[in-house]
Amino acid sequence: MPKTASELTDLGVAAIREGVAKGEFTAVEVAGAFNAAVAAAQPALNAFITLTPEKALEAAAAVDADRAAGKPLGKMAGVPIGMKDLFATTGTKTTAASNILGNFVPPYESTVSQKLWDAGAGMLGKLNLDQFAMGSSNETSAFGNVISPWRREGSEAQLAPGGSSGGSSAAVSARIAPAATGTDTGGSIRQPAAFTGISGIKPTYGRCSRWGIVAFASSLDQAGPMARDVRDCAIMLEAMAGFDPKDSTSLDKPVPDWEANLNADLRGKKVGIPREYRMDGMDADVARVWDEGIAWLKDAGAEIVDINLAHTKYALPAYYIIAPAEASSNLARYDGVRYGLRDLPQGAGLQDMYAATRAAGFGPEVKRRIMIGTYVLSAGFYDAYYTQAQKVRTLISRDFMDAFQTVDVILAPTAPTAAFGLGEMVSDPLAMYLNDVFAVPASLAGLPAMSVPAGLDRQGLPLGLQLIGRPFDEQGVLDAGLAIEARAGFTARPAKWW
Amino acid sequence: MSDYRIQGATGEWEVVIGLEVHAQISTQAKLFSGAATAFGAEPNTQVSLVDAAMPGMLPVPNRECIRQAVRTGLAINAQINKWSRFDRKNYFYADLPQGYQISQLYHPIVGEGAIEVQLDDKNPESTKTIGIERIHIEQDAGKLMHDQHPTMSYVDLNRSGVALMEIVSRPDMRSPAEAGAYLAKLRTILRYVGSCDGNMDQGSMRADVNVSVRRPGEPFGTRTETKNVNSVRFVMAVVEQEAKRQVALIEDGGKVVQETRLYDPDRNETRSMRSKEDAHDYRYFPDPDLLPVELDDAFLEECRASLPELPDAKRHRYETVLGLSAYNAGVLTAEVETSRWFEALLAASATQQGKPESEVAKQAANWLTSELFGALNKLGKGLLESPVSPDAGGELLALVGKGTISGSAAKQVLEKMLETGDAPSVIVEREGLTQTSDTGAIEAAVDAVLAANADKVAQYKGGKEALFGFFVGQTMKAMQGKGNPQLVNEVLKAKLG
Repeated sequence: MPKTASELTDLGVAAIREGVAKGEFTAVEVAGAFNAAVAAAQPALNAFITLTPEKALEAAAAVDADRAAGKPLGKMAGVPIGMKDLFATTGTKTTAASNILGNFVPPYESTVSQKLWDAGAGMLGKLNLDQFAMGSSNETSAFGNVISPWRREGSEAQLAPGGSSGGSSAAVSARIAPAATGTDTGGSIRQPAAFTGISGIKPTYGRCSRWGIVAFASSLDQAGPMARDVRDCAIMLEAMAGFDPKDSTSLDKPVPDWEANLNADLRGKKVGIPREYRMDGMDADVARVWDEGIAWLKDAGAEIVDINLAHTKYALPAYYIIAPAEASSNLARYDGVRYGLRDLPQGAGLQDMYAATRAAGFGPEVKRRIMIGTYVLSAGFYDAYYTQAQKVRTLISRDFMDAFQTVDVILAPTAPTAAFGLGEMVSDPLAMYLNDVFAVPASLAGLPAMSVPAGLDRQGLPLGLQLIGRPFDEQGVLDAGLAIEARAGFTARPAKWW
Repeated sequence: MSDYRIQGATGEWEVVIGLEVHAQISTQAKLFSGAATAFGAEPNTQVSLVDAAMPGMLPVPNRECIRQAVRTGLAINAQINKWSRFDRKNYFYADLPQGYQISQLYHPIVGEGAIEVQLDDKNPESTKTIGIERIHIEQDAGKLMHDQHPTMSYVDLNRSGVALMEIVSRPDMRSPAEAGAYLAKLRTILRYVGSCDGNMDQGSMRADVNVSVRRPGEPFGTRTETKNVNSVRFVMAVVEQEAKRQVALIEDGGKVVQETRLYDPDRNETRSMRSKEDAHDYRYFPDPDLLPVELDDAFLEECRASLPELPDAKRHRYETVLGLSAYNAGVLTAEVETSRWFEALLAASATQQGKPESEVAKQAANWLTSELFGALNKLGKGLLESPVSPDAGGELLALVGKGTISGSAAKQVLEKMLETGDAPSVIVEREGLTQTSDTGAIEAAVDAVLAANADKVAQYKGGKEALFGFFVGQTMKAMQGKGNPQLVNEVLKAKLG
């Protein structure tokens, strides 16, 4: 029986792939339904920077043709997705949500996006994000912030979709994309997933190639999927991951069959609960959902173990030294010489061109981080800041490795609060940075970590739980996530107001 | 070793020199990208996405560059660091697309080493050991072109990302001659190893020259660094000019400031480029796009095994095994191409004469250094452009060695070989240069010469023995140069009693 457009846009990755494969509907029908949903939502949500309905249709038509010809279909066959506008896409503007790349059209395709197209996915468009992925609310985008599809009960106040992958989280939770790519440097997949009631996984550092992803902080940046549920994340991560000789930090390991091996039975597994994450004055709803998560994992057969991650409180300061330090250097290439914005005032020399171009091209948060990074790397400050932060990073990794001697996976909240209102935090960057407090330690240690929706707070907003695993053990993270998903019974979705 | 001194108005000064040599690693591809490295290509035709620092592009180390740096380190008996790391050196310039140069500050791939230089060709005792502090690998920058447009500068990124070795000496040199000898020797070693072509006029090798002066025996003075000096001669000139300038400055009551200078060869002077005050803060930190470089024993062993015989060892062997003079051994090993040419010549000559190389080595060395070099010099050609091949040279030497032609005929044959490119045996045949060892013919010729010069014979017998050469010459002339000179001598001696 044919499905209506809204029935199609209710489907996730696995369901679309299956329906297309079985011939219940065509990939072109799916792409058409999502293209229409995107177009309808765009004025209200601003989730996309660039729409590419023709790309979605083109990929869908190719999948339908392959199916008709009896050819084998890829892991993501017929699934139209949103692509965070940090991934270079050949012939399609790639802006990093910054004016400095406002009109940049790359002549190359990022490894991760290419893998997704090779797996049969199509592109609905390029998703909005915090400028250069720096931010936790999407308010640093040069193209206007994304507005979360979620609202507090009885309120029309605009909420943040999280950041930096806020376009991704908004699109998936609003059902205008079944899945989207994200990147996570210090929580940029997990925090927006938690804010919008969807799932997202940051794999082990090196699982996904960074080639063709506009760099923020090279030692932390990792791509990952954002989707409706754990299975969809597993499917999409399989399509994204894999060794890439063009990225020296890429992991030369085979990609496991995460989807096929999904198993929510946690008998024999130990789950660590880090004491240090239970902070004074913790949000009561966040604490409650965490306790529920503990009970669910116990119910799934796991043994719960209290653990220490002693250096947790130093993680955030260390992160806000290392990430800006790398960013200050990574963003030096945006100088107006070869591509992107060039502001060359009349009679200006090279230095004037640099100053004018970068002043006009970068937003305030990007400038702030470049300045912080430049400062901490300066002669006389390097040891006190950068070297010290690297030592802290080593200690944090060691904390995790010690804990993983005992436990298989760690359970913690994803973010300290539910989504906040747009504009509520912009004037206080430190409060904004605190949003990353639970996400950053796993980033510094390069560990796989995911957020799954776990419940609603007293205002009806989603809360996520975070699972952190051993290096390369995405499977353990996905399995524990699946166990929570099965018990949380999270079916809430934003009421359509757009 | 050196007692080079600057004679100042207030007494003697000693100059202290250290060199930082940038040597382009001879590889097909750049250090972190697959782009080509050929010299002289059209601007911006050898630029990859990585070299242009496009968003999201990542460096991947070229294994061959690492291998060549390690081989170079082994060739100067340096410590090879099995763990090294790349750092970013951050600064803005239009020829530096990434906004940083990938280099190795904290953990270079090669540590302490040394090379021995000989200051006087003819004096094997005049050697000095110059310490090398480190060799690290780094990227070259692009090039700005200021002559293409009236108000703008153009950027050529062909060199951007090309692999360089920076070879940093200790401040062990004390004279222009030592600095020159060090640079020349380093170049020789690099060319033997094959890690750098040493083409200084193409910028494949250039030196930053650090110079300071002091009273002999006192602590080091403040140094200046003269950048990008691109010949041995200029390096020596920089040392001389800079030392004199510093002495004059100090003696006038001034102070040397630590600064970067440029050399102007047209005016033979150095000029200030920038002082320490406006030096960059390069904000070095480990490149997070790259993993540390870890070398295993098998890799090091392969690097070691692939090293050729190096100049010092070769020179020693030429002297002790082949019995060459110290001077010839020095000349023949100074350039890797010369030694290769010589060894091919020697092999050909020995084979054709059926003798061991050690027996014919002197003949080959003398012929190459005096006859062939002289002839090529007149033609304005280098050894590599020689119309005479080592095999043909070997054949010629064998003709002389076997007594088929005389030494003087060999000179004529060489001239014809250079002109025509024909094989020596063909020329000998065509020109009828085969010498005669027929004693009857020689005796007849000698008799005729003696008869025609009875007066001179009388003078000779009266004690004017210097006339012997005259008789030899006349006899050879009468035989059109074909008489075997040894037999001519013998017959003359017998007849003149």
